[in-house]
Amino acid sequence: MFNAGDYDVIVIGAGHAGAEAGLAAARLGCRTLLATLSMDNIALMPCNPSVGGPAKGHLVREVDALGGEMGLNADRTCIQFRLLNTGKGPAVQALRAQADKKRYQFTMKETCENQDNLDVKQLLIDDIVIEDGRVAGVVAETGEFYGAKAVILATGTYLRGRVIVGETVYDSGPNGQRAAMKLSDSLRRAGVRLMRFKTGTPARVDGRSLDYDKLIEQPGEDDAPSFSFLTDEVTRRNRVVCWLSYTNEKTHKIIMDNIDRAPMANGVIKGIGPRYCPSIESKLLRFPDKDRHQLFLEPEGLHTREVYVQGMSTSLPADVQIAFLHTIPGLEHCRVMRAGYAIEYDCIDPRQLNPTLEFKAIGGFFSAGQSNGTSGYEEAAAQGLMAGINAAMLVKGGEPLVLKRSDGYIGVLIDDLVTKGTNEPYRMMTSRAEYRLLLRQDNADLRLTDYGRRVGLVTEERWRRYQQKKAQIESALTALEETVISPSRETNEKLAAAGLSPVHVVTRLFDFLRRPDVAYRDLQPLFGLPEISAEAARQVDITVTYDGYIRKQQEQVDRQEKLENRLIPEDIDYQAVPSLRDEAREKLATVRPRSLGQAGRISGVSPADVSVLMVYLERQRRAGRPAKEETP
Amino acid sequence: MRQEETISAIATPPGVGGIGIVRLSGETALSVAAAVFRPKRKGTLSDMKTYEAAYGHIVAPDGETIDEAIALVMRSPHSYTMEDVVELQCHGGGLVLQKALSLTLAAGARLAQPGEFTKRAFLNGRLDLAEAGAVMEVVSARTGAALRAASGRLAGRFSGRIRDWRQALLALIAHLEAVIDFPEDDIGNVALKEAERRLCQLAAEMERLLRTADAGRVLREGLLAAIIGRPNVGKSSLLNALLREERAIVTDIPGTTRDSIEEIASIGGIPLRVVDTAGIRDTDDVVERIGVERARQAAAQAALVLALFDGSRPLSPEDEAIWEIAREKDHILLFTKSDLPAAFAEEEIRRRMPDSDALRLSTKTGEGMEALSQRIVAKVYGGERPGDESLFLADVREADLLRQALASLAAAREAIESGLAEDFIVIDLRAAWEKLGEIVGETVGEDIIDEIFRRFCLGK
Repeated sequence: MFNAGDYDVIVIGAGHAGAEAGLAAARLGCRTLLATLSMDNIALMPCNPSVGGPAKGHLVREVDALGGEMGLNADRTCIQFRLLNTGKGPAVQALRAQADKKRYQFTMKETCENQDNLDVKQLLIDDIVIEDGRVAGVVAETGEFYGAKAVILATGTYLRGRVIVGETVYDSGPNGQRAAMKLSDSLRRAGVRLMRFKTGTPARVDGRSLDYDKLIEQPGEDDAPSFSFLTDEVTRRNRVVCWLSYTNEKTHKIIMDNIDRAPMANGVIKGIGPRYCPSIESKLLRFPDKDRHQLFLEPEGLHTREVYVQGMSTSLPADVQIAFLHTIPGLEHCRVMRAGYAIEYDCIDPRQLNPTLEFKAIGGFFSAGQSNGTSGYEEAAAQGLMAGINAAMLVKGGEPLVLKRSDGYIGVLIDDLVTKGTNEPYRMMTSRAEYRLLLRQDNADLRLTDYGRRVGLVTEERWRRYQQKKAQIESALTALEETVISPSRETNEKLAAAGLSPVHVVTRLFDFLRRPDVAYRDLQPLFGLPEISAEAARQVDITVTYDGYIRKQQEQVDRQEKLENRLIPEDIDYQAVPSLRDEAREKLATVRPRSLGQAGRISGVSPADVSVLMVYLERQRRAGRPAKEETP
Repeated sequence: MRQEETISAIATPPGVGGIGIVRLSGETALSVAAAVFRPKRKGTLSDMKTYEAAYGHIVAPDGETIDEAIALVMRSPHSYTMEDVVELQCHGGGLVLQKALSLTLAAGARLAQPGEFTKRAFLNGRLDLAEAGAVMEVVSARTGAALRAASGRLAGRFSGRIRDWRQALLALIAHLEAVIDFPEDDIGNVALKEAERRLCQLAAEMERLLRTADAGRVLREGLLAAIIGRPNVGKSSLLNALLREERAIVTDIPGTTRDSIEEIASIGGIPLRVVDTAGIRDTDDVVERIGVERARQAAAQAALVLALFDGSRPLSPEDEAIWEIAREKDHILLFTKSDLPAAFAEEEIRRRMPDSDALRLSTKTGEGMEALSQRIVAKVYGGERPGDESLFLADVREADLLRQALASLAAAREAIESGLAEDFIVIDLRAAWEKLGEIVGETVGEDIIDEIFRRFCLGK
């Protein structure tokens, strides 16, 4: 076989996971190949044009703090920004932006093509080559072999992709792209367990054919923050508006009259679809009492008339799609440019992976993104980054990076996947994070920059900004702790002049700031506190206002940490552990958790089972086997 | 050394009289002890050196003196568990000790699981390898106990109500979470005022239940035990023997006892509420069928089941039903009429239920009666014996969990009142929901997320 070149890392697929993986590995000094089915479709957004939202926006900020690309790319190419959940606590506020899809793609393509150490090639990969339980390289459909020390699977929805529109069914990737038809068999031969999932997308309509008088305008917000901690204030970012409308009885009647032609209802679709992103026909079947469903009309970019009909995902036949869209106010005369469709694809059972995203059974082989059973650009990017980092660490002999659930949503995402697996496309939600209050989008840099620095992805500029912000926060908190004000006339007059209520007893400024109507920037000039950036001041306000809650959650983290740091030897024989219940024994043997903390999160493993395991490990350790203890 | 959360338990063997010890271990052992112990001389426990003792009183928050006591302080690592340990050596037995234990729980300690002190001692390097095996046994016994249908009274009698509360909380949590995670979806906001009213109601109901489940109350009102067995096996005779008076109608005609009779017997100082039931067997007799149903119910509600098998007659299929009921509960197997020639080998039953306590008994000769009361006492006060998930402690643990759930509800209401956002309110609601789940043995899983999608049409 012709050897077309040897690499440290090969990434199969250049979507949101693949691009991050390729960039991370190359930036960490690995000779990296990024293989894509189409050079024109790097970082393609085949579904909605938006980036972020609750939990997803958090992921983008975390990717950014670690040195990933998604945040910067979104800041450069998004055309509408909104901060969601502003009426709620700081932990669930989330940035959501509308991307110019083509600009998003081309900007990411440009970044990849200009990255040192990174080769981008148009290749369809047919085969993974495995030698002695380790990955050795890949074979392209054109027959050439590429050697690698590590390979990352980031195949999105392309593995045996099958597109369904009503009665029309064909093998395809999203948006008419080719599907990877042979790689699944190669994976099966390597012993990888596959699952079949389904997702879908709505129609795109011509923006010129909409009746905007009947739609409700959804403008962006000019003061919304950016995704990246490196992006400075930008002006005139909101260049488009979105629009809102609702379905009605007529819409529902057309859909229900044709429900026997709906592939998800009549059995044509076998894959498992997500509950949170249902097609309109699923919504009607599951919630028959709801008399209307909302939909958003979102422009797909500045240089196209295509408008995405958010909320109306469907795989009904094209004639039904056109008919029901025409019943919606504002869409009566809409012209469909692309029909909605469902797509089925193969993905792996993620419980076959270590928390590093490397296959337990195949050395040097990693998997990230939708091929792990997730959904969403942000979830994909987060995994791609982590797989890229860990593949590089493997090649370079560095310490792998595994984030804990208390470190970030990335930690929650990967821990959920490898511990519990998933039986539908997995979407990140803030309610999945038990330490939600600590995992805020505003402090992603404070949580993760150190990790990014340790692996080598954090640039000098990012490091400088982070150090500065951290120092400012610390100086402000110290000053607040140390400054005490007394209820003197002078003090209270000063407070009154600033519009603040008086103090009646001697009060530390730290405690004074707890009052809901007081912010650091009010107190700073009055009491000569350190001058700090608005970002740092916000951290101070949050830290002080929610001190009690934050402290409580931190205590829970500390308690759990002990279990997280107690590692289980990789070669443990669960048959040899006495007193475990059979169910626990079986689940533990399947998942092979890395730590006692992870063991406790496996469904079917009780706290008592964890105790049994803990005592067993301690006994093994004393019997002379050094148990591994991780330094946090 | 980093210490674990503080645990508390009665450390002395069961029985009345002598000295009883409540032992605390963990990071806040000293402050918890200081909250319930008032030294005679000036100074506080937290100032005491290791192995120093102080004389004083156990005092309730309302100022009531519970007992005089000596507090012994052992600072980490100079203790059995190598953590900070305080032993409160009380004078009284039973009620007084339980009261002292409850006070430490109210002051922030958590009730220790069986074997937990030993487990900590082992993990902290205090015990040697040979002892590790014993620890495993204790810990794994706990596994079995946790899996059995919860044996405590709350879980038994009130599980329906607790599940209803959980469902109400889950619905509210799911709504709040949906609003947080899908802010652009078309779902109404949670009416927080309405939610608060509902929480208030829930809290009131929980408080009512907590009052009935108050730890001391078990000793005042007794521990519910059911006597079950097929007709004419000697249930009423046993009841009478326990009561030492003729109360139930005792004849040799099967099915004589039509009604469940509830009496209070004093066994080793413990008020045992004994329910004698109609024999468990299939019958066409309507009156008796009601009695049979009652027997099953009584067993379901009881904390302790005394399962009777007639030693003078061969085992019948009905006996199978008896031990099926018994094994769901803390139980003692009794082979009655030991004064008559044995009709089957006890080994048969012992072999099938090897972990069960079993005794030969004759109410005629009195054989086994003394042993029976010893077993009952041991079960109630059950210390750290493997496999002995003590009845009484199960009640205390449940009450403790219920109290924690209530505290979380109160915190959630406070969060609503002070205008905090949904994501703060939900923290305490989740905590309450999880605590209630622990009582009825339901584990936390994907329930919340499932509920979100079940209730709301979400996603774009």
